[in-house]
Amino acid sequence: MTATLLQNARLIDPAGDTVTPGSLLIVDGVIAAVGAEIPLPAGVRVIDMGGLHLAPGIVDIGVKVGEPGERHKESFRSAGQAAAAGGVTTIVARPDTAPPIDTPEALEFVARRAREASLVRVLAMSALTKGRAGREMVEIGFLQDAGAVAFTDGTHVVTDTKVLTRALTYAHGLGALVIGHPQDPGLSRGAAATSGKFASLRGLPAVSPMAERMGLDRDIALIEMTGARYHFDQITTARALPALERAKRNGLDVTAGTSIHHVTLNEFDVADYRTFFRLTPPLRSEDDRQATVDALRTGVIDILASMHTPQDEESKRLPFEDAAPGAVGLETFLPAMLRLFHSGDLTLPALFRLASLNPAKRLGLPQGRLAVGAPADLVAFDPHAPFVLDRFALRSKSKNTPFDGARMQGIVRATWVGGTLIFGEL
Amino acid sequence: MHFPHRHLLGIEHLPPASITTLLDLADQYVALNRREVKHSDALAGLTQINMFFEASTRTQASFELAGKRLGADVMNMAVAQSSVKKGETLIDTALTLNAMHPDLLVVRHPASGAVALLAAKVNCAVLNAGDGRHEHPTQALLDALTIRRAKGRLHRLTVAICGDIAHSRVARSNILLLNRMESRIRLIGPPTLMPAGIADFGCEVFDDMRAGLKGADVVMMLRLQKERMDGGFIPSEREYYHRYGLDAEKLAHAAPDAIVMHPGPMNRGVEIDGEIADDINRSVIQEQVEMGVAVRMAAMDLLARNLRAARGAKVTEVMA
Repeated sequence: MTATLLQNARLIDPAGDTVTPGSLLIVDGVIAAVGAEIPLPAGVRVIDMGGLHLAPGIVDIGVKVGEPGERHKESFRSAGQAAAAGGVTTIVARPDTAPPIDTPEALEFVARRAREASLVRVLAMSALTKGRAGREMVEIGFLQDAGAVAFTDGTHVVTDTKVLTRALTYAHGLGALVIGHPQDPGLSRGAAATSGKFASLRGLPAVSPMAERMGLDRDIALIEMTGARYHFDQITTARALPALERAKRNGLDVTAGTSIHHVTLNEFDVADYRTFFRLTPPLRSEDDRQATVDALRTGVIDILASMHTPQDEESKRLPFEDAAPGAVGLETFLPAMLRLFHSGDLTLPALFRLASLNPAKRLGLPQGRLAVGAPADLVAFDPHAPFVLDRFALRSKSKNTPFDGARMQGIVRATWVGGTLIFGEL
Repeated sequence: MHFPHRHLLGIEHLPPASITTLLDLADQYVALNRREVKHSDALAGLTQINMFFEASTRTQASFELAGKRLGADVMNMAVAQSSVKKGETLIDTALTLNAMHPDLLVVRHPASGAVALLAAKVNCAVLNAGDGRHEHPTQALLDALTIRRAKGRLHRLTVAICGDIAHSRVARSNILLLNRMESRIRLIGPPTLMPAGIADFGCEVFDDMRAGLKGADVVMMLRLQKERMDGGFIPSEREYYHRYGLDAEKLAHAAPDAIVMHPGPMNRGVEIDGEIADDINRSVIQEQVEMGVAVRMAAMDLLARNLRAARGAKVTEVMA
């Protein structure tokens, strides 16, 4: 038996909605006790946390790792290191690789590479249709047996509703979770920005925020029809929220996420065509950003994710509309998320509910809790420590962060996965 | 003469004083261009490269002539059919060019923001000859010079811009410039060709052309950019001509002394009636072409002065 006591910490409990001073005991990789007074077992190693905050590690749904196909952009090794430094203890990997992960064999390759190279836990998602082409469903049953935790074609919207209906019905029979990208593919074709004054001034091809609601409305109708377990990867506009709220109220098995970038940045951050701010969906107006933050607070949106998308310099050093979309977000997850704490929008327990507890619950994982019996996947951090981000200091192979040169607050001091310290020194 | 700019990338970065400085100098070049010997040595010894990633005849010829009249060594690179097709990125092209030590780089590119991206990577002065749907600053300046010479001022005029505003960099640069010089701007066109949020730019938007033209001092027609249309912005050319084509009847709603402008090339019978375009009492379309050369001479002259001053300063530093 190995036992470690983390003493003198500020314990963030997302389930109980509390921050309390106290200690946490880890025995054999599992949380054995939490509280102010913990009886010390014999042979325990005691670590004084010096008042650092301690929270359940982040479960990040929707991380792009470049394996297979684009290892020069990100490998499981580099992604794991970046995750550990950003407070992320579980990566839920996206299947939009090259080739896409759409067979049990491909999924097993990912699982093996992750086991060999990643510091943090990796769970894999599978494509929903073969080749993410939207024509035939994948072997949902086999893939579930191989460990796929969800099925998604990512930003490739399945346009054929007959194909999607059958896939949702089949997935429902197996209890599989399907993740969709709410976006009308016709209206958003070719768009690099959100339509409005800014896009017009910059002369960028733009999409109305309404395209998100149209995608959402369509999918909600199909969820109602098939009963599928469904999660929207990113809700980023005010107009989509009432429909989402209604769907939840009507008892559909539906949840929604949003990206850390869409709640901390807006369209004006693009400024003079800065391509690190080219995202999918494009950054929104400040009104939309605020509405999305409100939805995080009221629980209409359940999950916060990094939507980590590594891109090399070549893919970004292009005119804005030609540049590849996406930003890295693993390593900046915690400090970016804390912007919402420092702005007074969300409390620390609320943030970890969105980033750790809710995603774990949605995937049926025991993580995300500071409770006896839960795996000791933990992050210790100082929420107030300031720093200026230098993108070349990032651990990711790709350096495409929108926070380059930004002043941020919140530094991860230590990260544990299954009770093992994988980042930091204590 | 005060023109504190390294590049000419857009009207957005030009304060009114810089616009006036440039137009005043351009007036002098109009006089030079009308003389028998049209030569100055303002750019003598300097190399000007025209890089057009998008086909152009008129703008490229205008820049070429402007450079040659000022004594620059001018080279045209038809990039549309060269290395870019071989997969070279814009940045690589820029770095290759930069190694050849040009002094003035004139760039047109189909993507918004591409010229600014290139300007950040080179040591010379860059002039934007049109980037995507973003800006076309020398066009707005030549339009301003034409208006100023016809009307005697740039403020308190009512200028109607008609047609495909959504896809037009000419419209954007003109809106920025005329706003800055305190004129009233009206935008006329079908709603499918209006950019979102355009009313926030300080413009009045009209769907009905006759209402929009009422009392206008300047009528600026835009080319209906057929090559930009994915299809389906307007039902047909003939319906467009019926509702938004400029003919004598519609022009009668404008001020009696209103001038008619067009950046060219014109689609006669689509956005403008041939007779109006050729009416020497109303149309200043040929003057626009003439002003274009003068404005580009002035722009390159001013940027070259700054370039020389900056290099002079460097030499002094080294010597001290």
